[in-house]
Amino acid sequence: MSRIESTTLRDSLSVSITVGAYGTAFGAAAVANGFSLLQTCLLSLLTFSGASQFAVIGVLGAGGGALSGIATASLLGIRNGVYGVIMAPRLKVKGFKRIVAAQITIDESTAVALGQEVRGEKAMRQGFWLTGFGVFLFWNLFTAAGALGAQAMGDIRAWGLDSAVPAAFLGLVWPRLKTNRDRALAVGCMIFALAMTPILPAGLPIIATAFIAVAVGLRK
Amino acid sequence: MNSFWIATIGTSVIAFALKYAGHNVPERIFAHPKVQSINALIPIALLSALVAVQTFTEKSQLMIDHRLAGLAAAVVALLLKAPFPVVVLSAALTSAAIYNWL
Repeated sequence: MSRIESTTLRDSLSVSITVGAYGTAFGAAAVANGFSLLQTCLLSLLTFSGASQFAVIGVLGAGGGALSGIATASLLGIRNGVYGVIMAPRLKVKGFKRIVAAQITIDESTAVALGQEVRGEKAMRQGFWLTGFGVFLFWNLFTAAGALGAQAMGDIRAWGLDSAVPAAFLGLVWPRLKTNRDRALAVGCMIFALAMTPILPAGLPIIATAFIAVAVGLRK
Repeated sequence: MNSFWIATIGTSVIAFALKYAGHNVPERIFAHPKVQSINALIPIALLSALVAVQTFTEKSQLMIDHRLAGLAAAVVALLLKAPFPVVVLSAALTSAAIYNWL
């Protein structure tokens, strides 16, 4: 990598460190929801997508089965595939580099890359790689720290960790609520999931809301 | 192998497969506006459902407890445009306070 624009570097680093720090919340929440230290760290290393990771621990923590957890996490992971579609023509990499690029294709690396568009394709590529690697490094370090911290805590409710998980989900969905349709969908899905919870097996009420999203998307 | 291991490995494999698949399909597949619209709506639906289930249920029963206070604190933090770690932390602190002292 040759000269890096200072703006690109600054964007990448600030995103990497702040987003990486959320890893603490994930690590702690995963342990609180019954995942081992090793499983928690593997999720951050291999899944490496915050919303999907929170989803799988959320579903299993609520008593849902492995398949419900995997399905919910995977539906949330679809958007990373879409980011891949957008980034591939700009990165122009093959073989092993493409595998690495795919693993670090997440909200943040794509967002920083697209944010560099005015500075040209080279700045976009630099933003993508710097942010992807940066978030990967800090996310995994902070995950381990959070998991170790939670292991030492004992009763997680006394530390408020049982509320940290829904707060994290709320923080993830909040910036996506741009129109009244988005907000109506959010409220509708909350009510639907709660109404179905006593009836359907754990995890299914959450997955079922994806169909509401598809129906709303097709109607408009 | 218990369900936690299956979930850990299954989620990781599919997460990578989705990312890698994206890098290998032509951009025009994603051009349809309805596909883009659905892609934006699915995270809203799932994340909202997760907020509700994680806050108001316990072992498939509806329940209102200290977590409601935590969520309320998160809403206040978000309305004040607090950064993500502050949102999570204020929810945890409020929830812990209610749990320990009420």
